[in-house]
Amino acid sequence: MLQWLPEDVSTFGGEIDSLFYLIYYITAATFILVTVLMIVFLVMYRERPGRRATYTHGNTTLEIIWTIVPAAILIVLSFMSVSTWAKVKRGAPETDFELQVAGKQFNWEIVYPGSDRKFGTDDDRKFDNDMHVPVNKVVRVHLTANDVIHSFFLPNLRLKQDAVPGRTILVWFEATKPGKYELPCAELCGFGHSGMKGWLFVHTPEEYTQWAQENLTPKPQ
Amino acid sequence: MSDTVAAGATHATHAHHEELGFWRTYVFSTDHKMIGRQFLFLGLFMLIIGGLLAMMMRWQLAWPETAVPGVGWVPEPYMYEGIIPPQTYNALFTMHATIMIFFVVMPIMVGCFGNFLIPLMIGTRDMAFPKLNMLSFWVGAVSGVVMLVSFFVAGGPAASGWTGYATLSAKAAYTGVDWGQNLWIISLFILAISSLMGSINYITTIVNMRAPGMSYFRMPLTVWSLFITAILLLLALPVLSAALAMLLFDRTLGTSFFLPEGGGQPLLWQHMFWFFGHPEVYVLVLPAMGVTSDLLSTFSRKPIFGYHAMAFSMIAIAFLSWIVWGHHMFISGMNPLLGTAFMMTTMVIAVPSAIKTFNWLGTLWGGSIRLTAPMLFALGFVSNFLIGGLSGIFMASTPVDIFIHDTYFIVAHFHYVVAGIIFALFAAIYYWFPKMFGRTMNEGLGKIHFMLTYIFFNLTFFPMHFLGVGGHMRRIYNPMQYEFIQPMQDWNVFITVTALTLGLSQITFLLNFFASLFRWNANWFRFLVQIVVSAISGYALQMFVGLALFLLVGASLPLAAALIAGVVLGAIVFWYLYRKMGELGETAPRNPWQSNTLEWIATSPPPHGNFEAQPVVYRGAYEYSSPEVKEDWLPQDKPLGTGAAARAH
Repeated sequence: MLQWLPEDVSTFGGEIDSLFYLIYYITAATFILVTVLMIVFLVMYRERPGRRATYTHGNTTLEIIWTIVPAAILIVLSFMSVSTWAKVKRGAPETDFELQVAGKQFNWEIVYPGSDRKFGTDDDRKFDNDMHVPVNKVVRVHLTANDVIHSFFLPNLRLKQDAVPGRTILVWFEATKPGKYELPCAELCGFGHSGMKGWLFVHTPEEYTQWAQENLTPKPQ
Repeated sequence: MSDTVAAGATHATHAHHEELGFWRTYVFSTDHKMIGRQFLFLGLFMLIIGGLLAMMMRWQLAWPETAVPGVGWVPEPYMYEGIIPPQTYNALFTMHATIMIFFVVMPIMVGCFGNFLIPLMIGTRDMAFPKLNMLSFWVGAVSGVVMLVSFFVAGGPAASGWTGYATLSAKAAYTGVDWGQNLWIISLFILAISSLMGSINYITTIVNMRAPGMSYFRMPLTVWSLFITAILLLLALPVLSAALAMLLFDRTLGTSFFLPEGGGQPLLWQHMFWFFGHPEVYVLVLPAMGVTSDLLSTFSRKPIFGYHAMAFSMIAIAFLSWIVWGHHMFISGMNPLLGTAFMMTTMVIAVPSAIKTFNWLGTLWGGSIRLTAPMLFALGFVSNFLIGGLSGIFMASTPVDIFIHDTYFIVAHFHYVVAGIIFALFAAIYYWFPKMFGRTMNEGLGKIHFMLTYIFFNLTFFPMHFLGVGGHMRRIYNPMQYEFIQPMQDWNVFITVTALTLGLSQITFLLNFFASLFRWNANWFRFLVQIVVSAISGYALQMFVGLALFLLVGASLPLAAALIAGVVLGAIVFWYLYRKMGELGETAPRNPWQSNTLEWIATSPPPHGNFEAQPVVYRGAYEYSSPEVKEDWLPQDKPLGTGAAARAH
């Protein structure tokens, strides 16, 4: 089942995927254990003439064991999840590469701040749906929405964040491999929701500089 | 259902020495059993509608923008000669979920079985407030009518998802749906009133009207589950009602509770909705757990393993269900620190569910297991709940949820849990049908129904995990619009084929249900049933074999081989039915399953007023294979020698 995971090209995706694998193995083992026991019991204890069911109301020791063991596993799992969650959602590193992304029915509006590195000034550059970033560079995205809730989803970067009208939410990622990655909207946003998508172009530094020169031409000082 | 119920009504008139006319017996009845049956028919009717909506969605997902057979008559712009446009697709999944949750699972598990079983199982004559009970059904029916009317208003029905997230749902311009969404809100508001009346009734009845000797810890777990469900409903529904009212005001009166341009907060809706919505999930699943516990014990001929743990784990689930709602909102923009806190509570709520699963296993251990149709369905519920519970752990871990949130992994998860409830629902129908209608449903047909439903339920919903792992978003109209999803399209076709078969298999249930209810035993009809059911089974089973071969060795079955396999498998089913299918709708004895609980000491069906004499309870509901008696069951009301009775206290 896990071979279906899209290729990971982010710095934090590896941690997310290994948690995914860990939970997968734990749940798979539990599933097999319970299912096998169930089938064995159904066969072993099927109705047979002359045999009477065991009269018992339970077993306190067993019940304590199967309360404590799952509880311990689940608590350990949640503590293991805390740091990765904090890294992705709370620990946006400092960077000099910031973008504004606004979801609107039914496009991603991507704003580059221009040479003054400030949004809302004359040298801002706007693009619909196409997002160009350099590889191995922390990208901070100021995410908002103009009308309804959208969701900024980069499957290959293991990143998803709802874009909420009236708020700006900071998200970040760092792509580790040049390429072209899909950027769908993952939250129902109206009749055009399906097909609302952009592309993330991850460039080598040279390619990016070239693209920036052609498309983000700074105003003469 | 005419003469079954007429039999019950005759008893009623004898008991009360008053003539209840047609209207007071069948329509505006205050008898909890008739109200239970009314909820059952409402739920089954809506189940067919909700199921057909799902079939249309599946068609679109497998073969996007091709004409769905049989719906060419739907006018533009809702459909284009059978082709579903995106707007209609959004309406389909919105209404599918709304109908299945609020008009199928709730009316049947809570409305029907709550009403029918609570007074019978605790040994009383009726609900505490019979007229309120009647009102509850009819208010619920009005709500259903309003929901169905919303299909026919200009702009079509609601299309903002069953979760109705603001701001999409808060302004007509965002979806293009005007009155459809308003009626959706009004309908759910009315339904909340209906459920409130029902839950007040359930709680009052259970607290005040238990038979002598029926202490709380002698109540069957079905009653426990319905009791806790009623408390959850009573506390959760006002929050939903408030949120719905605010949403309606935003849409019609120009307020801005959820609209940022007027100072509102879109996330407020999500908080209110899920503060209701998560307890609601347990409202749906707790009665299924209660029914399953009772059935596993009855058909293992063994006391339920850890009765107190079972009751307390349901109470624990009920408490914890109020502090986990944020796990629906990890990605919503809610403060990430809250996400961490909600992850912890969510992991904790998995523990009582684990306890229940292990105790069910413990109940099977050492039993003398009878694989009747209701038992098979109860086991099916356990098996699906196991998968649904385990897949929930993935989502509970916040980092993993970043990736799988709003994908088909979630769709797989909640169908294993919520659609899995349909197994407990069928189990309950097969099990209590004799008590409800005085007739028995056919076992052979029931077992075939189970086999087909179990196989195709899993073939439909399990591969959705694969899609989710691949990142396939939910609620998208056309998967082929995404390059990263296109390689998985074969799975979408696979799921659609199996989902259609799952839908087709339910004909087996409908035939069994109505033929048993009306005793359709004409030779031609019996032959028709046998032919139809074996044709469906033959077709479905050859598909199962074909798909299994395809997955295992990658070769598809040649058409001729598939035809032969279908004919052979169909013939086996036909032979089985021809030999084993007894009379349809056999008269049910009082206690066909040799069960301990009080409903089985009443006649089948019980008259208005239920019991010939007030039952007195001497013990818990699970004294199967007790050494004190020779039989392997010991009814709750059966007095033993004075010494034994004292010990039982």
